[in-house]
Amino acid sequence: MNIVVCVKQTPDTAATVTVEGGEVSWGDAPLVLNPWDEYAVEEALQIKEEHGGQVTALSLGPEDAQEALKQSLAMGCDQAILISDPAFAGLDTLQVSKVLAAAIEKVGDPDLVLFGRSSVDSDTGITGTQVARRLGFPSLILVSKVVSLDPAGGKIEVERMLEEGRQQVAGPLPAVLSVVKEINEPRYPSFMGIRKASKAEIPIWSGADLGISDDLSAAVHWPEIIAPPKIETEVEMIEGDTAEEKAKKLAQRLAEEKVI
Amino acid sequence: MAKDIFVYIDHFQGEALPASWEAVGAARSLAESLGGDVAAILVGENVGDLAEQAIQYGADKALHVEDASLADFRPEPFSSIVAKIASDADVLLMPTSGRTRELAAMVGVDLDTGVIPDVIEMDTADGAIMAIRPIYAGKLLSKVTIPVNRPQILTLRSRAFPKPEPDSNRSGAVEGVEVEIEQPVTEVTGYGETEAGVSLSDAAVIVSGGRGTANNPDLEPPADITDEKEQEIWRAQQGFKLIGELADVLGGAVGASRAAVDAGYIPYSHQVGQTGKVVSPDLYIAAGISGAIQHLAGMRTAKTIVAINKDPDAPIFKLARFGVVGDLFDVLPPLTEELKNR
Ligand SMILES: Cc1cc2nc3c(=O)[nH]c(=O)nc-3n(C[C@H](O)[C@H](O)[C@H](O)COP(=O)(O)OP(=O)(O)OC[C@H]3O[C@@H](n4cnc5c(N)ncnc54)[C@H](O)[C@@H]3O)c2cc1C
Ligand SMILES: Cc1cc2nc3c(=O)[nH]c(=O)nc-3n(C[C@H](O)[C@H](O)[C@H](O)COP(=O)(O)OP(=O)(O)OC[C@H]3O[C@@H](n4cnc5c(N)ncnc54)[C@H](O)[C@@H]3O)c2cc1C
Repeated sequence: MNIVVCVKQTPDTAATVTVEGGEVSWGDAPLVLNPWDEYAVEEALQIKEEHGGQVTALSLGPEDAQEALKQSLAMGCDQAILISDPAFAGLDTLQVSKVLAAAIEKVGDPDLVLFGRSSVDSDTGITGTQVARRLGFPSLILVSKVVSLDPAGGKIEVERMLEEGRQQVAGPLPAVLSVVKEINEPRYPSFMGIRKASKAEIPIWSGADLGISDDLSAAVHWPEIIAPPKIETEVEMIEGDTAEEKAKKLAQRLAEEKVI
Repeated sequence: MAKDIFVYIDHFQGEALPASWEAVGAARSLAESLGGDVAAILVGENVGDLAEQAIQYGADKALHVEDASLADFRPEPFSSIVAKIASDADVLLMPTSGRTRELAAMVGVDLDTGVIPDVIEMDTADGAIMAIRPIYAGKLLSKVTIPVNRPQILTLRSRAFPKPEPDSNRSGAVEGVEVEIEQPVTEVTGYGETEAGVSLSDAAVIVSGGRGTANNPDLEPPADITDEKEQEIWRAQQGFKLIGELADVLGGAVGASRAAVDAGYIPYSHQVGQTGKVVSPDLYIAAGISGAIQHLAGMRTAKTIVAINKDPDAPIFKLARFGVVGDLFDVLPPLTEELKNR
């Protein structure tokens, strides 16, 4: 199996993010592998362990965005490639998917391309499907389980989590999958893995390396980032001597405020 | 003449998502500022009824494509159809769901245009839509726009836009559209148990439980459950039973914290938060939930938050409108009783 997993570097989810002068700041919180992508990396590694093959982690980002790839290597990916070019700054998913699709083609002949469900920062959740459309592979998103995988027969069957419940879908390989956290329990990088990753030289592919010469311009613009309106609540503590009394008062207050 | 505003009606097993009608309502408001008619798009095996409903909810016309091969949503053929119908459009709206995330993504590629997912507010300026969507799980908001490419594809978050009242006297053209339908490459081989009850994203009321649901040392698990972990899960299930009863009385859905999900108390589909569902009900009752930042990210936009927690210093009280310091096992039963009688 030739498996490609696409990973993004994001701020840690425990970070307090704020906006100052139109710029997002997450204080001194670390940049990490997008939490959803840990599940994608883990799934890639488990599939490799069962079926053999190789796992390549790809990330598009600025030149210093190596943390997510180092973490992917530390977990056990065979190789990691950073896609970086000043021309790729500020792209929307329409263009990012074009670049990622070109990079996947350059890696060559994938059987599976894995994505996280979404990124925890800009959080569109559409990049994987757009890559699938560009490559002409089926898109299977929100996968909670690989039910069966038959590399020789070129078939995969997965279970997906829709709002309405679970759904099983079968399709041909190569395919693009996005995964949800139910699918596995990501491993902690081993000591050896961390050592190996810290020494790894991560190759950088530019637009020229990918044969992308046309001017990429984003269709979507995000002119302003704002803080959500402060939720002005003054909590009203419901007092009472017994739980029954508190319950009664709460019900009464909810009715008075026309909440119910 | 101004162009039509297209709305894709997402549906599952014969029923439209309520958010599909919210999108029709949002399209009507856009039509007032941008001009043009509201045209609903329906794709499926048997969607004639839904097309009629779209008119009642405010569409001026409804275009439908029907074929037996379209019984189950598959993104590839559905996207090709929608891209053909909306290729000339200025605006294409959809409700946000797992299906439309794929649909919007693929139509965006096919028509070489932008997609703005999960919109919570919209305005227009110079003929383009200025949308607002949450980023960083709602910790921040971004204004987003598609200045040049067309159509502008937006998916609208459930419950962010008001649902119009259907009007059975409205009339409009319902047209079948003939387009070439490609054979799907994937096959839906089955559905697991669909969760009974109200879906979290559409619920007006959500009652959620956290790790506190297992904290009832007085309850004695049945003798045949000897494993400690199983005993804990059994205890939590008694807690979630109380939560379910309150949710039932309020016609609401059951939510959970990640700690409750990870401990195996309740399936992941109930998880609210940064790595679960983002919800925006009128009333959110959190019982035995501490209020971690990742949980708050999923429910902070609820209109009214009620917190029930043993610990008076639990962070959840900072966001709540009403707080009760107490044991959920003592507070929930009388609360359910009290609300039953109202
Ligand atoms: C404030 C703001 C608002 C934005 N709004 C929009 C918008 O409305 N529409 C739009 O089209 N674009 C938007 N963008 C741009 C978009 O965030 C980028 O194109 C981004 O690289 C991909 O989108 P995402 O982070 O939402 O990823 P998602 O689609 O949420 O990520 C899904 C998966 O794709 C993979 N992936 C995502 N990014 C990368 C990457 N750089 N390298 C490798 N793998 C990756 C990961 O596996 C990830 O789990 C916005 C950007 C900002 C800063
Ligand atoms: C990357 C990442 C993503 C995450 N995503 C999510 C997410 O999507 N959703 C989410 O919820 N969390 C998420 N978390 C986890 C989050 O940080 C918290 O660990 C989690 O929300 C805690 O759940 P809890 O409030 O149920 O448990 P706890 O924090 O243990 O709180 C239990 C609360 O119950 C109270 N209590 C105990 N017994 C009783 C009783 N009998 N009656 C009343 N009150 C009682 C206690 O006082 C306490 O406040 C995420 C974490 C990370 C790192």
